[in-house]
Amino acid sequence: MRDILLQIDGTELESKEGMSVLQAANSAGIDIPKLCHYDKLVPYGGCRLCIVDVESKGISKLVVSCVYPVEENLIVRTRSEKIDRIRKTILELLLAHAPNSPELQEMAQEYGADKDRFDKDSSFCIHCGLCVRYCDEVKKLNAVGFIDRGSKKEISFIPEIAAKECRNCMECFPLCPTSYLQAAFVLSESLSSTNLPSKS
Amino acid sequence: MSQINSPAELEELRKGILSERDPQKPCITLCSGSACNASGSEEVGLNLEEELKKQGLSDEVDIRKTGCHGFCERGPIIINHPDESTYLQIEPKDVEEIISKTIKEKQLIDRLLYINPDSNEKITNESEIPFYKYQERLVFGSNGSIDPKRIDDYLAIGGYSALVKIFSGMTPEDVLDEVKRSKLRGRGGGGFPAGRKWEGSRNAPEKTKYVIVNADEGDPGAYMDRALLEGNPHSVLEGLIIGAYAIGAHEGYVYVRQEYPLAVENINIAIKQAEDQGLIGKNIMGSGFDFKVIVHQGAGAFVCGESTALMTALEGRVGEPRPKYVRSNIKGLWNKPSVLNNVETWANVPLIINNGADWFTQMGTEGSKGTKIFSLVGKITNTGLVEVPMGMTLRDIIYKIGGGIPGGKKFKAVQTGGPSGGCIPEDQLDLEVGFDELARAGSMMGSGGMIIMDEDNCMVDVARYFIEFLCDESCGKCVPCREGTKQMLKILTDITEGKGKKGDIGLLEELSEVLSEASLCALGQTAPNPFLSTLRYFREEYEAHINEKKCSALSCKELISYYIEPDKCNACTICFKKCPSDAIIGGKKKIHVIDQDKCTKCDTCFEVCPSKFDAVSKISGAPVPISIPEDERDFIKNSNQ
Repeated sequence: MRDILLQIDGTELESKEGMSVLQAANSAGIDIPKLCHYDKLVPYGGCRLCIVDVESKGISKLVVSCVYPVEENLIVRTRSEKIDRIRKTILELLLAHAPNSPELQEMAQEYGADKDRFDKDSSFCIHCGLCVRYCDEVKKLNAVGFIDRGSKKEISFIPEIAAKECRNCMECFPLCPTSYLQAAFVLSESLSSTNLPSKS
Repeated sequence: MSQINSPAELEELRKGILSERDPQKPCITLCSGSACNASGSEEVGLNLEEELKKQGLSDEVDIRKTGCHGFCERGPIIINHPDESTYLQIEPKDVEEIISKTIKEKQLIDRLLYINPDSNEKITNESEIPFYKYQERLVFGSNGSIDPKRIDDYLAIGGYSALVKIFSGMTPEDVLDEVKRSKLRGRGGGGFPAGRKWEGSRNAPEKTKYVIVNADEGDPGAYMDRALLEGNPHSVLEGLIIGAYAIGAHEGYVYVRQEYPLAVENINIAIKQAEDQGLIGKNIMGSGFDFKVIVHQGAGAFVCGESTALMTALEGRVGEPRPKYVRSNIKGLWNKPSVLNNVETWANVPLIINNGADWFTQMGTEGSKGTKIFSLVGKITNTGLVEVPMGMTLRDIIYKIGGGIPGGKKFKAVQTGGPSGGCIPEDQLDLEVGFDELARAGSMMGSGGMIIMDEDNCMVDVARYFIEFLCDESCGKCVPCREGTKQMLKILTDITEGKGKKGDIGLLEELSEVLSEASLCALGQTAPNPFLSTLRYFREEYEAHINEKKCSALSCKELISYYIEPDKCNACTICFKKCPSDAIIGGKKKIHVIDQDKCTKCDTCFEVCPSKFDAVSKISGAPVPISIPEDERDFIKNSNQ
């Protein structure tokens, strides 16, 4: 793979063709906030917190760094007034669902996000999809999936699969940015609402 | 059926079809698109067949069931050929008279003709009706003259001659060049130059490439793609084959929403017929070019009209968009170069090949060439589908073609571009329609929806309505769209319910920035438009709602009160009897009074009060006058009343 030279926050660095800007930044120790990204999974581009400003051939635009591929001579800025403002609002929107998530709180402090800005809707889940995608892409089990659409979307364990597979795995739980209790709760609820045997 | 092996054979076939047709033979065409089927066209068709049989004319008169003619306000429409006299709003009971009088005795039936509302003149010919007169029906016009279920009809009007042309010596590069020079832009919403999109795919190194028809039309009130696919599916197919040839694709998909059963049926029939004739399949017309087409029915999510979501759905997964930093013409369906254009865009392609790019670029504005089909709905006299050259002014479309606003009401705004478009006010009615022109006005072309609003429409409520639609249709993958539309909807709903607070406008603007800058796909990026454009042109309505709790359009239920003006009330008891919540205190010879606590603001009293009295009024932003005392409510008729 070709080496690609780019600049992030004033630092010149080398990365490989096909890498994302987020990967390139992380490899150079530059931190970009994110919630739906996990190295073992295909980049998702859902939380939009990793939004950065890129300048290419004199034109600059806002892009999401987890899915934006590195380019030769790309100039990346990971913070600006506008970027911070967008991150702050995204965090505030998510804090309405999970005000007590330590991960969210930490970022809220960095960006001055007010957890009470929007009316509370404590569904905990922020739809990052980490559990769903981990179960699909890494475990190839699809024991947990999304149901419905938009703001009505929820994660849901498939009882038939979950009853067989989840007790021995639970690898998705620590991935949950809002505390895995929610996932555990949904799981146990699914299991108790089915007549399937809990052990197979 | 024997397959066509060369362009010459197709021309032979066409000659054969035409030689069997007598242009002087009487033929009745009846529009049978979904809209007119809903207004009884199917029964009219059955009656026509029966009546011709009864009068012994079955062999002498042809019936042709065509697609939509566009003038849906006055459908179903019958055109009698060869004189082309046009009858509107046909009911089954009219059929007998049409056959015995018009077909047999060559006499016109006056009551079925169009009457020009300005001059009271009867108009016999469709093309003279103002609704049609100012249109340029290049893409849509053939709908009225062919039976979409018969390939022979399409061939008879010159169909597939663009295919003949490309296989008679045009290289794929020639085709691409022609489309590029035509400056055709995507009719589905984005307005991306089709030629550039095609070129990207053609030049992509991957060998397998795809072409896709986006027929997932989902904008409320827009149905031009439906009408085209139902009424002239071969024109879309011909464009698709040409596109496939130009980029080197051997497989094409038609993604059509399953809520369009007639479109699904007609495109499937068209594909089968084209396959039987050898216009799709292996070695098309002896050219050595292979191409097949597969129809995929969408499961009904608005977001699947977005190109990447559509492709994800085609791949058999949940229809959610994916990042577009590498465009789908390079990495699209199954990661292969894929050209996706909408129905109308594809239908333009045969015209461009037949007539040339220079002909096409004669029409339109600097940045937008050719014509565009708009669906004219809302508070407009002539509801329907209209095709006009790009660059026609909004005023001409709304007044000359659309016939203006019904009921003597005042025009307020036209909402263009579908749910994420914007509202354009009266002082911009001379705006020429085009992609860039509409964008500069804070709206967009979208797929060509035009919803006309009058003085009774509250612009805050309009914004709320469209944001609600988008919130409901958001796929939920990215945070700004999923959470942002939800919060915007909540704030807008509060404002229309009189719970608006200082700072709401600012908060909405802030959310708008996050949505447009940070959303994953165009649905979220453009979702704030209904709010932003109404704020831009109608800010005073927002401020009145928030500060004075006043809805000047008298539309927001929570902000209005009903009041019976005592000096106008004639104690007729109509509203008293009709009120469903017993909120009207009155009786014979008693001036009526509304009990505000019981009133549910259902509008019934306002509707039923005889216009000669006009005693019920709506009040907003001001207190309701205190009711007259009970002992003064005796109604005494005086000479003034």
